[in-house]
Amino acid sequence: MIPHSIYNLIELYYYRIKKSMEEIYGMSLFGIKFFRYAFVPPFELGEIRKHMDELGAKSIPLLTIVGVIMGLILALQSRPTLDRFGAGSFLPNMIALTIVRELGPVITALIVAGRVSSGIGAELGSMKVTEQIEALEVSAVDPYNYLVVTRIIACIIMLPLLTAYVDFLSIFGGYVAEVLAGNTTFPLYFSEVISSITMLDLIPGVMKTAVFGYMIGMIGAYQGFNSNRGTEGVGRAATTAVVLASLNIIFVDMIIIQLTLLFFGG
Amino acid sequence: MTEPSAIMIDVQNVHKSFDDFEVLKGISMRVRAGASDVILGRSGIGKSVLLKSIVGLLQPEKGSIRVKGAEVIGMNANQLKVMRKNIGYVFQYAALYDSMTVRENLEFPLRKHTDADETEISDRVIEQLRLVGLEQAINKMPSELSGGMKKRVGLARAIITRPEIVLYDEPTAGLDPITAREISELILSLEKHFGITSITVTHDLECAQTIADTLFILDQGTFIHQGTFEELQHAEDELTKAFFKVLV
Repeated sequence: MIPHSIYNLIELYYYRIKKSMEEIYGMSLFGIKFFRYAFVPPFELGEIRKHMDELGAKSIPLLTIVGVIMGLILALQSRPTLDRFGAGSFLPNMIALTIVRELGPVITALIVAGRVSSGIGAELGSMKVTEQIEALEVSAVDPYNYLVVTRIIACIIMLPLLTAYVDFLSIFGGYVAEVLAGNTTFPLYFSEVISSITMLDLIPGVMKTAVFGYMIGMIGAYQGFNSNRGTEGVGRAATTAVVLASLNIIFVDMIIIQLTLLFFGG
Repeated sequence: MTEPSAIMIDVQNVHKSFDDFEVLKGISMRVRAGASDVILGRSGIGKSVLLKSIVGLLQPEKGSIRVKGAEVIGMNANQLKVMRKNIGYVFQYAALYDSMTVRENLEFPLRKHTDADETEISDRVIEQLRLVGLEQAINKMPSELSGGMKKRVGLARAIITRPEIVLYDEPTAGLDPITAREISELILSLEKHFGITSITVTHDLECAQTIADTLFILDQGTFIHQGTFEELQHAEDELTKAFFKVLV
């Protein structure tokens, strides 16, 4: 005979797991739908352009600060350790590879997820509770195509561009730290950087951010589209969007690293 | 133009539930071309559910809804799009796109569904705003408008593509009595001007009195009465009497 409290606990967890599974299923269908819509007219180019500016270009000030500081910190933190092993001269190579392969893409994606995914979740959530999404629908405009596809495409395009920008700034930040410490010169630092990065480092590093862009746009839009309970639901949609997008970025990054190592080697 | 005697909207035996709660229990109504029919009932009784079912936003479990002869229940996305191009919908809180100005809100349906050039679009928007008396608000954002102004813009947006059918969801809800009367009179004049067939759901009896050709009283998921305003004034049941008491 199972005691009543344990039975309740099992029931509670069963309910929660079931709900999570339904959420994952719903989000998967929502995400897959993108590939059916993205290549079929009408193509809302004006909306895509608007979102590229809104979601991408307006992230530049924040990313500029983060990019430069990330490079500075990496150089300042790594220099003493490398010196201890007599490998101080490898600092530019280390910074370049760390930034281009991993830190640049992931930090850019996490910052954009924080800013953009929550924004999409809140915006679409408030459109949902104020019946604007239904208004689009009765105007014979497909809300998924008009609101979701355009935002996801904008994220997919902007993330690689922003990552390349952050990569450059971080490497530059590393240079600033090294110059201030009197350890290098411009030609020396950048010749080391350029010699250490190959296309096999650069391309997978930047391209995986297109996948991150898809995750950011899709998760934000899904949470907004499925928000309920009025303004409380809008807040929850924004928060959940950031949490899920960030978790997914880390998780997908781990898978992409394994695949990159498998196909392109270390 | 549709024949005046033609049935534009034919709702037969429609059932709609949410979880275990049955909101519509076999509801039926027919709306003729050019008619302005009003559904009256208390809040939360399922009036908006019926409107949303007519336009295909909700799918009833049972019954039939025909708009200009085409069965709405079970329509695919493309068929719904075609049908909706001929229907205007005025939402309870206007549902204006809050990232767009008043001008852009009105331009939106024209850009999506017509081949009109920039001059035609601009002229139509100005004409429409003049009809609802809001030319001066053309460049305002929805957040800068009062409740009554939002309703007017919502109304202008709903009819800018000249639909044959317009569905009004609580057009006077949340407005003061004077603005509510203005909106009701505006609806009446626009309907006459454009020969629109309409269904209005409301719990505002004064609005119903102004615009209704036929009045339907909704209660417990079905229509308990239907008739002209004058006919229903003499109805004997408590709910209808309670509604009409407001006017006395």
